[in-house]
Amino acid sequence: MTHSKLYSAIFAAGITFVLACLMIGIKLDTDGTQLAIKGATTAQWFWILGGIAVVFFSQLFSRQIDGMFSHLPKPQLGKLIPAQAKSDAMKPWLIAGAIVILLVWPFMVSRGSVDLATLTLIYIMLGLGLNIVVGLAGLLDLGFVAFYAVGAYTYALLSLYFGFSFWICLPLSAALAALFGFILGFPVLRLRGDYLAIVTLGFGEIIRILLNNWTDVTGGPSGISGIAKPTLFGLEFTRKVKTEGATTFHSFFDISYSSSYKVIFLYMIAVLLVLFLIYLINRLIRMPIGRAWEALREDEIACRSLGLNRTAIKLSAFTIGASTAGFAGCFFAARQGFISPESFIFIESAIILAIVVLGGMGSQVGVILAAIIMTILPELAREFSEYRMLLFGLLMVVMMRWRPEGLLPMKRPQLELNKQ
Amino acid sequence: MSQLLLDVNDLTMRFGGLVAVNGVSLKVKDKQIVSVIGPNGAGKTTVFNCLSGFYIPTEGSVMLRSEQIAGLKDFQISRRGLVRTFQHVRLFSKMTVIENMLVAQHRHLNTNLLSGLFKTPNYRRREGEAMDRAAHWLEEVGLLEFANREAGNLSYGQQRRLEIARCMVTQPELLMLDEPAAGLNPNETKELDELIIKLRDVHDISILLIEHDMGLVMGISDHIYVIAQGTPLANGLPDEIKNNPDVIKAYLGEE
Ligand SMILES: Nc1ncnc2c1ncn2[C@@H]1O[C@H](COP(=O)(O)OP(=O)(O)O)[C@@H](O)[C@H]1O
Ligand SMILES: [Mg+2]
Repeated sequence: MTHSKLYSAIFAAGITFVLACLMIGIKLDTDGTQLAIKGATTAQWFWILGGIAVVFFSQLFSRQIDGMFSHLPKPQLGKLIPAQAKSDAMKPWLIAGAIVILLVWPFMVSRGSVDLATLTLIYIMLGLGLNIVVGLAGLLDLGFVAFYAVGAYTYALLSLYFGFSFWICLPLSAALAALFGFILGFPVLRLRGDYLAIVTLGFGEIIRILLNNWTDVTGGPSGISGIAKPTLFGLEFTRKVKTEGATTFHSFFDISYSSSYKVIFLYMIAVLLVLFLIYLINRLIRMPIGRAWEALREDEIACRSLGLNRTAIKLSAFTIGASTAGFAGCFFAARQGFISPESFIFIESAIILAIVVLGGMGSQVGVILAAIIMTILPELAREFSEYRMLLFGLLMVVMMRWRPEGLLPMKRPQLELNKQ
Repeated sequence: MSQLLLDVNDLTMRFGGLVAVNGVSLKVKDKQIVSVIGPNGAGKTTVFNCLSGFYIPTEGSVMLRSEQIAGLKDFQISRRGLVRTFQHVRLFSKMTVIENMLVAQHRHLNTNLLSGLFKTPNYRRREGEAMDRAAHWLEEVGLLEFANREAGNLSYGQQRRLEIARCMVTQPELLMLDEPAAGLNPNETKELDELIIKLRDVHDISILLIEHDMGLVMGISDHIYVIAQGTPLANGLPDEIKNNPDVIKAYLGEE
């Protein structure tokens, strides 16, 4: 037993050594016109050796470390939620309270905070969408960002070439992203789970590369700028009117111009969209399709024997998830005013997936919580921005060891039979 | 005369070099209980898998009401009224008993997204009908009082009965049970025996049964097929099978 521990520790340390040598130890550098191979400095070697030692000992004593983790108190987030009957009575009040806070809060804080909150809300939308695919239907999608990109470019292009407004493009973006999801899912969802992961990963890259190279239409790497902002029933949030015959928000209400109106307005739209999505998903999981997703995740063979068409059911989850991403993408393009393929790289898919896993697969409150953590923490830890990925990885490892079921594991609403 | 419901001819299933089922033929008529018996590994479950579309048979024909169903997808076959259970219980164990029953009726529900989102009258009506059907079948198998329990928390015998109720709520013509009495105590076996007879006599469906409990099989079967090592060995009425020397040899040879 201890023997195999020692071997696995030596093995892990060896792998760390090889990887560190390749990635840090040797560096290719341009030296005038020639490539030069540079070794790491003594200080760097020192760090590498330190890292190898950490890996070695943590593997050797992994059981003790696991023991430590199990002694740590688990956060009893579930306990914070009162018992079923009580929470049912409190629910409308809690929701009303949360909505009031969400609506009043932006007027009391800085513009930057509101802007950050808007970004968080975008990630919440994306997290909720991927949660349908991964958490509820159990399909691993590694290219979710592709649908986000489809949504964003749909709005950007329709607005640029045809002058369509944000509010018209919102459903169009969702529909187009859904169509892409359908076309991709149709052949792929017949395959086993791991193939789906690989194909979606590839699809994400294909979309990004396409956007990058189809310069005539998408502007290629330089992206599309000057995308129109949403309007409030035709009122614009700019200092001067952009389109002929329109009115600006501040002149309509006869108040002085402030750029924070626009920021708050965008935030409000995001809040609205998130609330809409939460409502939608809450209905979906109580509908036959939601039950079928759950059943398919629990026992696919039993589903088939009962006449459920698993491809169709999986496809519905995949398509609805994709449309949510398209929705979020449309809003993202409107908020940024500028998009380029840079915004839709694989790392985004990974972050969204991390939000879903961290939150507790399937759980909506968990996803919201995780989205907040994942967007706010990097902002708070600005000084450590170089170590962002490192912290990210560390957080994931700690979570998987400490609370593999996620922050707030899903508690599905169960349907009950009312006895007459 | 009662009508022919299922007509299987020369069914053969090969896995590479292994012939798991070799030229099996069987017939099931309306309102009949037909049993398939044979030693372990004889290929009984494989026959079920071929009939229910989980495997595509290498050779042979499967006619359900004179329509060829060999080669159809599993969910298409079950929609035509041929539904099965499994040798090992396969419930949605984290869902409640009533939810298990509703999933089984998925295709009878209004699954249109918009009608669901807006709770249209048609959606509510179908959902209500499905609930009633579910409650009716839970009552039939004696599980109504457990409707709101998680299926995984039921006793083994109850889980077996829920599986049957879940099949019945899809309104099948032919129910195929793979060793339903395995692991049941004598009391539960007796209840199962009565339930199967009720399904035939009151609910007018046919049952194809795989079972090792000879008391059960001999007591309720209208016709019995014996297969050994994938090959048909004998078939006939229970009394004929009981006294067939080949069958006795096949069983004694194994045990
Ligand atoms: N998918 C499969 N691949 C390979 N061999 C199989 C497969 N399914 C069943 N078999 C083989 O077919 C034979 C019959 O199995 P089975 O039908 O389960 O027997 P029974 O249900 O009568 O006990 C066994 O030898 C088994 O190993
Ligand atoms: Mg078997």
